[in-house]
Amino acid sequence: MLDCTPKEMKQRHGAVINPAKTCQPIGAMYAALGIHSCLPHSHGSQGCCSFHRMHLSRHFREPAMASTSSFTEGASVFGGGANLKTAIKNVFSIYNPAVMAIHTTCLTETIGDDIPSIIKSAEVPEGKLVIHANTPSYQGSHITGFSNMTKGMVAYIAETASPVKKEQANIIPGFVNPGDMREIKRIVKAMGIKFIMFPDTSGVMDAPMTGKFTMYPQGGATVAQIKDSGNSKITLALGRFASSDAADALTKKCQVPAAVLKTPIGIKATDALLLSLRRTFAQEVPAELEEERGQLVDIMTDTHFHFHGKTVAIFGDPDVVTGLTEFVLSLGMVPLHILTGTPGGAMGSAVGSFEDDINELLTQAGISANVKAGGDLFTLHQWIKNQPVDLIIGNTYGKYIARAEDIPLVRVGFPVLDRSVHSYLPVVGYRGAMRLIESISGALLERADRDAADEDFELVM
Amino acid sequence: MAVTEKQLQEILDQYPAKVQKNRKKHILIKDGEQGAQIIEANTRTVPGIITNRGCAYAGCKGVVLGPLKDMVHITHGPIGCAYYTWGTRRNKAKNDDPSQYFLNYSFSTDMQESDIVFGGEKKLAKVIDDVVEIFHPKAITVSATCPVGLIGDDVGAVAKAAEGRHGIPVLSFSCEGYKGVSQSAGHHIANNILMDKVIGASDLEEAPGKYAINILGEYNIGGDSWEIERVLKEIGYTIVSVMTGDGTYKDLRNAHTAELNLVQCHRSINYIAEMLETKYGTPWLKVNFIGVQGTTDSLRNMALYFGDEALIQKTEEVIAREVARVEPLLDQYKKICDGKTAFCFVGGSRGHHYQGLFSELGIETVLAGYEFAHRDDYEGREVIPTIKTDADSKNIPELHVTTDERRFRLKVSPAKMEELKKKIPLSYYAGMNAEMKDGSIIVDDLNHFETEEFIKILKPDIFASGIKDKYVIQKMGIPAKQLHSYDYSGPYAGFNGAVNFARDVSMGFASPTWNFIVPPWQDEPLLSGTVNEEGVA
Repeated sequence: MLDCTPKEMKQRHGAVINPAKTCQPIGAMYAALGIHSCLPHSHGSQGCCSFHRMHLSRHFREPAMASTSSFTEGASVFGGGANLKTAIKNVFSIYNPAVMAIHTTCLTETIGDDIPSIIKSAEVPEGKLVIHANTPSYQGSHITGFSNMTKGMVAYIAETASPVKKEQANIIPGFVNPGDMREIKRIVKAMGIKFIMFPDTSGVMDAPMTGKFTMYPQGGATVAQIKDSGNSKITLALGRFASSDAADALTKKCQVPAAVLKTPIGIKATDALLLSLRRTFAQEVPAELEEERGQLVDIMTDTHFHFHGKTVAIFGDPDVVTGLTEFVLSLGMVPLHILTGTPGGAMGSAVGSFEDDINELLTQAGISANVKAGGDLFTLHQWIKNQPVDLIIGNTYGKYIARAEDIPLVRVGFPVLDRSVHSYLPVVGYRGAMRLIESISGALLERADRDAADEDFELVM
Repeated sequence: MAVTEKQLQEILDQYPAKVQKNRKKHILIKDGEQGAQIIEANTRTVPGIITNRGCAYAGCKGVVLGPLKDMVHITHGPIGCAYYTWGTRRNKAKNDDPSQYFLNYSFSTDMQESDIVFGGEKKLAKVIDDVVEIFHPKAITVSATCPVGLIGDDVGAVAKAAEGRHGIPVLSFSCEGYKGVSQSAGHHIANNILMDKVIGASDLEEAPGKYAINILGEYNIGGDSWEIERVLKEIGYTIVSVMTGDGTYKDLRNAHTAELNLVQCHRSINYIAEMLETKYGTPWLKVNFIGVQGTTDSLRNMALYFGDEALIQKTEEVIAREVARVEPLLDQYKKICDGKTAFCFVGGSRGHHYQGLFSELGIETVLAGYEFAHRDDYEGREVIPTIKTDADSKNIPELHVTTDERRFRLKVSPAKMEELKKKIPLSYYAGMNAEMKDGSIIVDDLNHFETEEFIKILKPDIFASGIKDKYVIQKMGIPAKQLHSYDYSGPYAGFNGAVNFARDVSMGFASPTWNFIVPPWQDEPLLSGTVNEEGVA
């Protein structure tokens, strides 16, 4: 497996080998699916749209509906206005969504189609909404695309009704699974705080089996909710890369102050979320959540010897990797290689440096490690060849390295294509942290069992 | 159950006028009495219709080139295109030369904004240099993506210069996603370059064994090709090359030495099949290794072509043994499948091939179609002269090969060819429509709306298509079988494949899961009790 990957690292001059990211539009498509009764639309040639739908379907094992402008060579040369106008007409008359959320591809960005003017001259039925985001694939990654579409929701939909803000929070959950979004909602509800979450793919990308196909399932943030986000007291942007641009836009457009927090993975980031809610709304953390936290600490204490001092490589999307790194440090583990494919900050955005964030966490823990933004799995594999680890945490693509180097893999993040259930259950919050410990400790103990000599094979561990 | 013209019109009536006019030509109800029915195919996709189609890049790099395991395939573009074709099609290949096995890798130039603005040629050259320095491949392909054509990167010139620098072939493919109207353009583009630069590039003049064949348009999904090869090798064939499942650059160069080319997927490889016949005089035979009957017929047709008594006898021996072995296994599954109906909507060939296998299990295909096939795949190759290339496809280059004076050899005398053509599909494909039953629906570029509408009317027991449809269909409580990825199972080709397929399809029907869809309380009133009848002593 991966036999052609040499241990010796040479500087490359442009080749990306085994990427740790994909391109913007899939993130925008995923975000758009988090609006209720919305059909994402890919303005480009149809290959992109098919690839993105397929990939989402493989990760979630759910339908991922989206339409496309289906460019031909002629449109590529003369502009895609006609294609998009035809698409808008067809989508509303055949598929009747409440909202059509358009994103672009490298094709339409290169030819410079002016989406707002095309929308203006298109036939949009009364009461229907068309929003858009520019998502050039040659900038950033799928996380950037998610961020751009979320920002687009603010730009098109959010409104201020009165200068007095309501006692409610906006939550932008970032590029996480519906299971995570459900858990974040549960936590905020338990705090007794009113909130609006957008985008929200719970109920869409984890919809139940009922014997009927519903093109626009129950879930998703409604247009009314997103509109009302302009009246909230605060926006909590969970994960800087995916969420802070939209929160900033909401501050600028509707004067809603923003707090940028980490994706609440692990005990510290979840504490930070609760503290932020507690301060903003003067609401005490309920016994229910304090009990969960105590259970988590209990588990961490009981099992610390399963993972303390174990070395780990972590890769994936920047917000999730940052949360995971903080959590494994709080477990006493030693992250040696930390990598994301997403470059430092989305272009033109205020998002800071992934590497700085991680290095700060590591410095506090007194650990030095390989840290890279804009890296690929070829680099990660070479790092591991030079400095082996006990565990890899990352998405499904890590399985090649895991097999090549005989290292257990814990699947967290996007995409997970070769296991099921993962998208229904959270990795965020205290309960998500419990689940992560179960996975991490389970993977390490399975390995210990497999490798143990008969006389060292333990019944109780 | 069939769809009536009236029902079909009711479906079409829901479309805006322009869409209706368009889609009407892509749908037909099979009616044998009408003779040759014309279907429109290989035309542009209706924007916003929710098509299942992909692009030319997918057809070129994803389908035809990607399986060639000893070449490094570089995608020149932003990251998505390379990423989505990394490990997603299950074209299996054995790692028999670990230093030249690249299937688990994805190579990209990861174009950035500056590359769009200032051009990506320099970066591409550097990426090729990186790849040569790290991997030392024997050959490289470079596939273009959407923005490459627009910004005017001369990928051909970069590739040629790299060939000069490194002394290895660097093949470039202008398969920008917007070319043509579907994956099909990409097949054609890939065929042209492979024919021009690879096939026949070796010094080998004689095939390395008797009954030498190439297997064309077989991508070894889930190990299909291996199952086919198992049987062919046992009968005594020498397999020169497979295009391109578990295929190698090395073997492809020898493809000119074969005596016969087998064509499994007509759509993706018929260009090369034709050109091999023109250039080297090698006839091609349409085969179908899906299903016991298809496999048996194909093996017999091959034996007839070579006409060798020993070969014919060995063929019959192997068929008899294999059929005797798999029939009892299939019988247990037939009991589960018998009397059921299927939709079969797959890319450009399986929509036809699997109908035979379904039928062997007692499942009738009531709707079938292709994403991107051309009229000849529906109606048979005789319609080719009447097909007009429209504006959207006219820029796909045609490669015109001529007879190779030194290597051209008639494999079979013209008289014998004529005689054989009456018995077996030599250089001929009759298309899907011919084999479909009257009343069944044939749909080209089926979209989401039509999928739902036809399901409402026909209520199929199983829907065979792809990943984008799968969960839509299953939500309706109907088993969905992926016939691109085989739902991560396989092989489905050949004798063993038929058994695997029957097992998997039966599993889909027999799974207890379907019984749980309706919660038990939905069939029970909230309040229950007994009515006391007063006054009854």
